[in-house]
Amino acid sequence: MTSDGNRLSGEGRDMGIRRIQTPLADDVIQSLKAGEKVLLSGFIYTARDAAHKRFAEALDAGEELPFDIRGQVIYYCGPAPAPPGKVIGSCGPTTSSRMDVYAPRLIGLGLKGMIGKGKRSDAVKKALQEHRAVYFGATGGAGALIARTVVASRVIAYEDLGPEAVVRLEVRDMPLFVINDTFAGDLYQEGMERYKG
Amino acid sequence: MRDIHVNDIISAVERLFIDANINLSQNMYRAIGDAVEREKSPAGKEVLRELLKNADTAREEKMPICQDTGLAVSFLEIGQDVHIVGGDLTEAISEGVRRAYRNGYLRKSCCHPFSRKNTGDNTPPIIHVKIVPGDRMKITVLPKGGGSENYGEVRMLMPAQGKEGVKGFVLDMVRKGGPNPCPPIIVGVGIGSNFETSALLSKEALMVPVGTRHADDELAAMEMELLDEINKTGIGPQGYGGTVTALDVHIKMAPCHLASLPVAVNIQCHAHRMREAVL
Repeated sequence: MTSDGNRLSGEGRDMGIRRIQTPLADDVIQSLKAGEKVLLSGFIYTARDAAHKRFAEALDAGEELPFDIRGQVIYYCGPAPAPPGKVIGSCGPTTSSRMDVYAPRLIGLGLKGMIGKGKRSDAVKKALQEHRAVYFGATGGAGALIARTVVASRVIAYEDLGPEAVVRLEVRDMPLFVINDTFAGDLYQEGMERYKG
Repeated sequence: MRDIHVNDIISAVERLFIDANINLSQNMYRAIGDAVEREKSPAGKEVLRELLKNADTAREEKMPICQDTGLAVSFLEIGQDVHIVGGDLTEAISEGVRRAYRNGYLRKSCCHPFSRKNTGDNTPPIIHVKIVPGDRMKITVLPKGGGSENYGEVRMLMPAQGKEGVKGFVLDMVRKGGPNPCPPIIVGVGIGSNFETSALLSKEALMVPVGTRHADDELAAMEMELLDEINKTGIGPQGYGGTVTALDVHIKMAPCHLASLPVAVNIQCHAHRMREAVL
């Protein structure tokens, strides 16, 4: 969707907005720059506080994660329940910083993208540069609009966690901004400096 | 004495939480619309337009504006001539919350502090009660998300720090939150009273409509100064950089102890969900 709510068609660039696809390829990741708007399509995986705690416990116990995270994108999101006839309920991003303690380890294991809102720690930003991964921002509080970009949704792990379960979402043209890129670019820092009065 | 039956309270609470979560208030819709004009950054403008579009979508799809449909905060003003009949008032509010979060497809976001186990129905609600003259009961609901609530704080300042100390604290909190509490934000400031009441004042300050100034000239001027300084931080909508970081700042003040200057800051996100009904 564009900001006007029109659905874009075709691949590549349309109306100046770049479209990218999961799993994210290395050359795509390295071409993304902080401040750039993109439309993401493909599969992404929701995981927030409780799911990350379980990921860490699984890894500590030498067990596999519930999905192969190599090349994948995690969405920090706990969706609202789907009303009847809908694919999903409102599903905007949650604050990413709570997952900072877990993220560098997952990035080290091949995670290539994270979607959330808000600042990341220096350790996360360093891991993005070292392992070539990207942090995207979705608009916080735009959960109904984001729900319209979700075409399919399936719980794949930790169903007992309710809104914190891991859900595989198929998204089409999910609007995102690149916040932290692989070159230490930081939209929050740069944006704030530019408009400081 | 006027009787109010708990069944009427239950259905009012259910309706208010669903309505607040799904339909962005006209006042907030207008405030965000005006902000599009004021905002200088293109990314900031785009975010604000997305928020308006989101509000339209939520209304059309009957889906919450934001997936974080909050803890169920409610404020009751109960007339001293009201007699509540048919059951327990606290249980009536809880039942209204249970029904709203189930029937409105709202997310249940209430859990045990350590085990993090979800209570499953978004109860217990948070209930603030005031006894007032009259035979009516006003119920105001303010479902509030965790993202913005996490950037609140109570600080006991030295009286000598005065007005400048208060302003410095507010700006510190806004800078600390940065993009995290979903700007453009509304800032509630509670000044004076004591430790716990300053926090309550800061939340009550959020309930003042955006665009309304304090009746006291000194505090009205302070609200304007703070708003101006917050919007000069450059944080902007979603923290992407811009000139609209806050939509408004509201202050509530009360006398305090000779030895104290309590100050509380409570930050609200742009969705600012609130509804009221009078029974």
